Amino acid sequence: MELLTATLVRGVGIGSTYALIAVGFVIIYRATDVVNFAQPALMILGAYFTWFFVRGLGMPFVAGVLLAMIVMAAFAGLTERVALRPMVGEPPFAAAMVTVGVFFALLILSFRLIGTNVISMGDPWGVERIDFLGTRVAQVDLAMTVLSLTAIGLVGLFLTRSKVGLAMRATALDQETALAQGVNVGRMFGLSWAISGATAALAGMLIAARAGAVTPLDAFVALKALPVIILGGLDSIKGSVYAGILIGVAESLTRTYQPALAPGLGSNFDVIVPYLIMIVALMVRPYGFYGTPEVQRV
Amino acid sequence: MLTIENLEVVYEDVILVLKGVSLSVPEGSIVALLGANGAGKTTVLRAITGLLDIHRGEITKGTITLDGKPIHDLDATKTVAAGIGQVMEGRRIFTEFTVEENLRIGAHTAARGKVESGLDRVYELFPRLKERRKQIAGYLSGGEQQMCAIGRALMAEPRYLLLDEPSLGLAPLIVQQIRDLVVDINKQGTTVLLVEQNANMALSIATHGYIMETGKVVMDKPAAVLREDEDVKEFYLGLREEGAGSFRDVKHYKRRKRWLS
Repeated sequence: MELLTATLVRGVGIGSTYALIAVGFVIIYRATDVVNFAQPALMILGAYFTWFFVRGLGMPFVAGVLLAMIVMAAFAGLTERVALRPMVGEPPFAAAMVTVGVFFALLILSFRLIGTNVISMGDPWGVERIDFLGTRVAQVDLAMTVLSLTAIGLVGLFLTRSKVGLAMRATALDQETALAQGVNVGRMFGLSWAISGATAALAGMLIAARAGAVTPLDAFVALKALPVIILGGLDSIKGSVYAGILIGVAESLTRTYQPALAPGLGSNFDVIVPYLIMIVALMVRPYGFYGTPEVQRV
Repeated sequence: MLTIENLEVVYEDVILVLKGVSLSVPEGSIVALLGANGAGKTTVLRAITGLLDIHRGEITKGTITLDGKPIHDLDATKTVAAGIGQVMEGRRIFTEFTVEENLRIGAHTAARGKVESGLDRVYELFPRLKERRKQIAGYLSGGEQQMCAIGRALMAEPRYLLLDEPSLGLAPLIVQQIRDLVVDINKQGTTVLLVEQNANMALSIATHGYIMETGKVVMDKPAAVLREDEDVKEFYLGLREEGAGSFRDVKHYKRRKRWLS
């Protein structure tokens, strides 16, 4: 029982973080119809900046995280302005290819920045375990859940309640009509990237804090957001949350029980579980739980 | 006064759509712009509101001025701020938003404090929208959607309102309602440029009318004169002197040569 609870808590924690990364994809996709493959690199850079501010400059942890989010928001907004804005009006596929290029450029940048350093978040929550529902669980799992879901909730509130959020949603629905209402559509594109950059920075910090140390190649962890957005629907934040948690829990359960129950599948089988779920989702319901049926393929 | 002079618009660098259109909309009036499909009416509106470039169109000649100031090189955001509101063809409301969200987005350029008073004004004009303000706009009837689109444009408190075929796809009774609303809006001090296929409806409320054909203004007269014009009666109001003649007489291309005004 204790094992099960710990497994579930871990799954929800990592799943919430997958959801947070997925929300970054969804926001850009909704605003610009482009799947942003550079998101994983933004995440690694976010982790780097958090490390730089907290460990390098010795700032308080919370301040360092917030500053890293702001820096990444500005960085992502600038990336949109320089690399993606000229692609407005071109097919989304072409723009998605540009983001692949941006991904590799940023990956090389993060290799340069990180170099031989060990990017570790230190011990923001400690390896301590606390009592949760009668079980000892790692604080970091609870922190991942709470911070990720809070960030997603804030993004959701911003989109539904604020004037600018309304303009962003309008841009996502019908760019020409939004333009006719006086919405600066280009600025909304930049803003969607900025929000994604900030959420990526937070997610990068959480992934790094969980793993203990992070290298640029951990960017590929963020690719687990792809099964999440496929399962949840490419244009749905709500879907991302449900699908993220579902995939995180599935992965975590596999990790705990598969070695004993099905040793024939080999070790580290849990790594491919999200992708297996994605394949099934693509066969059964290609537009996801909450996605719009005519969503374009990547 | 909104003035267009010798406007030429080219789409995709090769398709000449407007071939020297001139028209003027004096403050306080309702001006009707009539014409068949493809005459270039919507393009005129896009040129005014700065929406040409997303359709790969470009103004190659001519000027558009608002009270003497050129506005043809302003982008859409700035023309809205300059006081020109537009109701696009086919209503184009945000179907996934509630009615109230649709109206609020219309006030995007308005000052923060003006939103509530704008909502009050729109709800007063369209009591139906007030009843349905929490509903998803996509589930409204066509007439209500058109009201929603007009209300959305009014939220920015435009001095000039450009209406692109507000009667499109609506039942005759609803068309009458919309027509009366346009008159009310005009009386409240908004100048209206009404683009229509429904010439009957447009000429019944307009002070002045322009008729466009294949990118040119072919007639430009006070609405009262246009209503009595023989050609307009036959081609746009569906009235004929005698009973139905043979189909030979209906062929438009033979008669088109007669536009000589």
